[in-house]
Amino acid sequence: MPLDNAPDSKRKYNVVGTRPLRPDGIDKVTGRAKFGADATAPGQLVGRILRSPHAHAKIRSIDTSKAEKLAGVKAVITRDDFPDHTDGDSGLYDTMYNIMAREKALYEGHAVAAVAATTPAIARQALKLIKVDYEVLPHVTDVDDAMKSNAPVLNNKMFTDGVDPKPKKASNVARRFEFGHGDVEAGFKRADIIVERSFKTEATHQGYIEPHAALASMSPDGSAELWCCTQGHYMVRDVCARILGIDISRLRVTQSEIGGGFGGKTTVFIEPVALALSRKANRPVKVVMTRDEVFKATGPTSATSMDIKIGVTKDGLITAADGTFRYTGGPFAGCSPAEFGAMSAFAQFHLDNVRAIGYDVLCNRPKTISYRAPGAPMANFAVESVIEELAHKLGMAPIDFRIKNAAREGTRSSYGPVYGQIGLGATLEAAKNHPHFKAPLGPNQGRGMAAGFWFNFGGQSCVSLNIPIDGTITVSVGSPDIGGSRASMCMMVAEELGIGYDQVRAIIADTSSLGHNDVTDGSRTTFATGMACILAARDAIKKLCARAAATWGIPEDAVTWEKGYAKPAGANAGNFQPLSLKEIAAASPGTGGPIAGHHEYSADGAGVSFATHICDIEIDQETGASKIVRYTVIQDAGKAVHPSYVEGQFQGGAVQGIGWALNEEYIYGKDGRLQNAGFLDYRIPVCSDLPMIDTMILEIPNPGHPYGVRGVGETSIVPPLAAIANAVAAATGVRFTQLPMSPPRILKGIEDAKASGAKKAA
Amino acid sequence: MRYERPTTLKAAAQMLAKEKGQAFILAGGTDLLVRLRTGFIEPDLIVDIKGINGSKAIQKTATGFKIGAAVSGAELGEHAALKKAWPGVVEAANLIGSKQVQGRCTMSGNLCNASPAADSVPALVAAAAKAVIVGPKGKRTVAVEEIPVGPGKTSLKKGEIIESIVLPKRPPKSGDAYLRFIPRTEMDIAVVGVGVNVTLDGKGIVTKARVALGAVAPTVRLVPAAAKALIGTKMDKAALDAMAAACSAACSPIDDKRGTRDFRIKVAGVLARRAALIARKRAGGK
Repeated sequence: MPLDNAPDSKRKYNVVGTRPLRPDGIDKVTGRAKFGADATAPGQLVGRILRSPHAHAKIRSIDTSKAEKLAGVKAVITRDDFPDHTDGDSGLYDTMYNIMAREKALYEGHAVAAVAATTPAIARQALKLIKVDYEVLPHVTDVDDAMKSNAPVLNNKMFTDGVDPKPKKASNVARRFEFGHGDVEAGFKRADIIVERSFKTEATHQGYIEPHAALASMSPDGSAELWCCTQGHYMVRDVCARILGIDISRLRVTQSEIGGGFGGKTTVFIEPVALALSRKANRPVKVVMTRDEVFKATGPTSATSMDIKIGVTKDGLITAADGTFRYTGGPFAGCSPAEFGAMSAFAQFHLDNVRAIGYDVLCNRPKTISYRAPGAPMANFAVESVIEELAHKLGMAPIDFRIKNAAREGTRSSYGPVYGQIGLGATLEAAKNHPHFKAPLGPNQGRGMAAGFWFNFGGQSCVSLNIPIDGTITVSVGSPDIGGSRASMCMMVAEELGIGYDQVRAIIADTSSLGHNDVTDGSRTTFATGMACILAARDAIKKLCARAAATWGIPEDAVTWEKGYAKPAGANAGNFQPLSLKEIAAASPGTGGPIAGHHEYSADGAGVSFATHICDIEIDQETGASKIVRYTVIQDAGKAVHPSYVEGQFQGGAVQGIGWALNEEYIYGKDGRLQNAGFLDYRIPVCSDLPMIDTMILEIPNPGHPYGVRGVGETSIVPPLAAIANAVAAATGVRFTQLPMSPPRILKGIEDAKASGAKKAA
Repeated sequence: MRYERPTTLKAAAQMLAKEKGQAFILAGGTDLLVRLRTGFIEPDLIVDIKGINGSKAIQKTATGFKIGAAVSGAELGEHAALKKAWPGVVEAANLIGSKQVQGRCTMSGNLCNASPAADSVPALVAAAAKAVIVGPKGKRTVAVEEIPVGPGKTSLKKGEIIESIVLPKRPPKSGDAYLRFIPRTEMDIAVVGVGVNVTLDGKGIVTKARVALGAVAPTVRLVPAAAKALIGTKMDKAALDAMAAACSAACSPIDDKRGTRDFRIKVAGVLARRAALIARKRAGGK
């Protein structure tokens, strides 16, 4: 980034750091907001998808003739309606394969055909009339089973990448990753104490409340429109156009309000299907997923199996850390976040000797997609559990052990780069001094903590800022607002222009109205698109100053912008009455026409983020029931643009982590079918399960952003799994190495410990 | 699909008896409408019984309480006299679903849905409640435990409808309680449910007891051995241990997505003990 973007530590903010009302609030609470399923078009049809009942099956043939003859059916599509336009792009080919099965159905719920009909009842009936001839194949859903040499192989052309020499035998291991530095074996030799443990976690779903929905309309001239809920409508446009074999510019995608995404809406599922149905039926087609479909056929995160080994000296210095991280990716290569898991696992420590090995593993589960800090929470669970155990073995307070070994400015991170200014130490110190840390515990209660890391991301953004004649501002951004970014964008523009928040409105522009914007992911939007807003505002200020200069007849560089006014830069520039934004805007038709600011770029400099969480849990020792009684999140936000949203991100991540740790899991039967595809038996926490999550925002400025902003959306889901496991261990005396820590598992752990303790005593 | 809303039980029974296709009774609809929406059932006829005279009434009679088949959970919770007499039954019914579901769900529906995990059923069985059934051949009254015969299956014959549920009159010094285990705090289905109903004498000794378990067998199970362990005692530790053991012994659960067999067996005993102590306290015991 240009140097003048570095944050000015002395800057006083007028708007940034305040808590104005959210711009989308009234529409959302009154039901006026338009979500994915709210789009309608004249003459629209109902699209429904037929899905595989088998976890793994060859599709011998599909007979759609009866369905096509049913009155009211306007189109039936299968794999035959998706000729391969992917031109050797294997990732795109896999995406196409995922939205409509080709040679094989690779998981229960894999789409095999779709219909468009005039009513839901006819569409449902038509699905029943489609005859699919399956040859059921052996399946595998467990990650360790999938890595065994006798496992059913999903893709017989897949030979593990990242292994030298490349294996000659096909397997389910798509790729091996390795990160680290130093000499791990030598480090373990210097250790006085070594703890080595294995861990497993089950797959979890993002659990967004809004199911995927898309309305597609393709005209005979080949142009198409699509309305859908997504975290990235430019991605949707590019991927759909390429799958359908049409020019990207012919497809216009409009993003709806979004009822949660958390990474799960960063790819396509039903969108190309709706477009293909519309193309064939020559009518608009709407496809809305059921909850059952969301669980079975979208993208949960990985199930994992992990081994961790860490050695320390008697005085509490880590000498070596080693980990192996096996992650399910569903049926396609490159989908699991095993790489991020291995990279992030030890990132919170200052280590001389570290090695992290990741495996991306195929299995008959839905294609894995991002879930908030993809890959990091599970790895953190394993590592921070071992850290806690080591601290106890050392007789050292876990917080002091963590502080002693914490990564700091200048540390070479476990994944490579050397850290600049980071906030880990500050969050640990703040935790140590927090009242929560010293509060007394009740009976059957235990306290745990964990520190976590996330990379954060920058990426491509394009922003336009328009100034109509009354001097109010419209900011057009292309980043879907999934966590309050519209408010933050308005605040940053207001800050730059020196005007009030109420004078600025942000909209999410469609794909034909603005240049490319990357998906809202990687905690990038407030950082990267926010910085584009700041730079677009500065561009507009330059033009506003030019209009004032022309009005006054002085050079442009003799005009400055201050608190919403153009002013002569100094006494020698001339004596002119300052011109307000409003006055310049009102005069604009006669001074050169409309005034707008733009910025388009690819942002670097997203600062890494750290958090420390503290959790108190109470365990019913007779039933294994758990209750989170107190929870505190301490995280570095760089600069909190809208603190309420930042706190909401901290709380939301913690709550999703609590669900993951305690009850959420994909439960597969022996037949490879998902047994809990609904919110009744896939248990996300409800309000009454939770205490108010306490938050503490630290502001250690990110040098890569003019205000010091760091992404805050993801880090908060990283530490909860370990913090809760450590709290459960404190409350029960039992170390749990498998998630979720559901009541049956906790009770069994307590009973087994009692039994083995009784045996020892005997 | 046809929707009918008759005003008499006789008319409703006739409609159901005559229907050749799939016919379903709609009371609160909290189970039926969910199944309809997910495509799990495709009814030809739905008979809504909320318009039937008396179906929404709670009557205090000389022999106890008569609760119409369409009375909602929320209405039960707002009936002071019923709540005072049968706190365990009301708390069980009030655990079904969420606040919104409470506005609709009924105990009769909970019974006829025939889920082994139904919350109100163990409490009703412990309370020795009876169901009044009206059908093409007239009226009959049966113990509630005879209605469900397996998961999703009832003993009701074609054309039969539950008119009301009858709770007996309480002797003095009686109390009941219902506890369930769920992994969350609400919006969930019982992994184990226990209803306990006791009557004490002047000295605090249990003279009558009924204990019923939910979600540990294909149907809700009355456990006479558990009751026997309490009768004649002041619910001392030995009696409670014996009752808990009898409850665990009466379980024949399965391993499933909601809990393991071992977990259910163990927790059935734990909850029975806790529920019995609440029931004793409500009966005025110490």
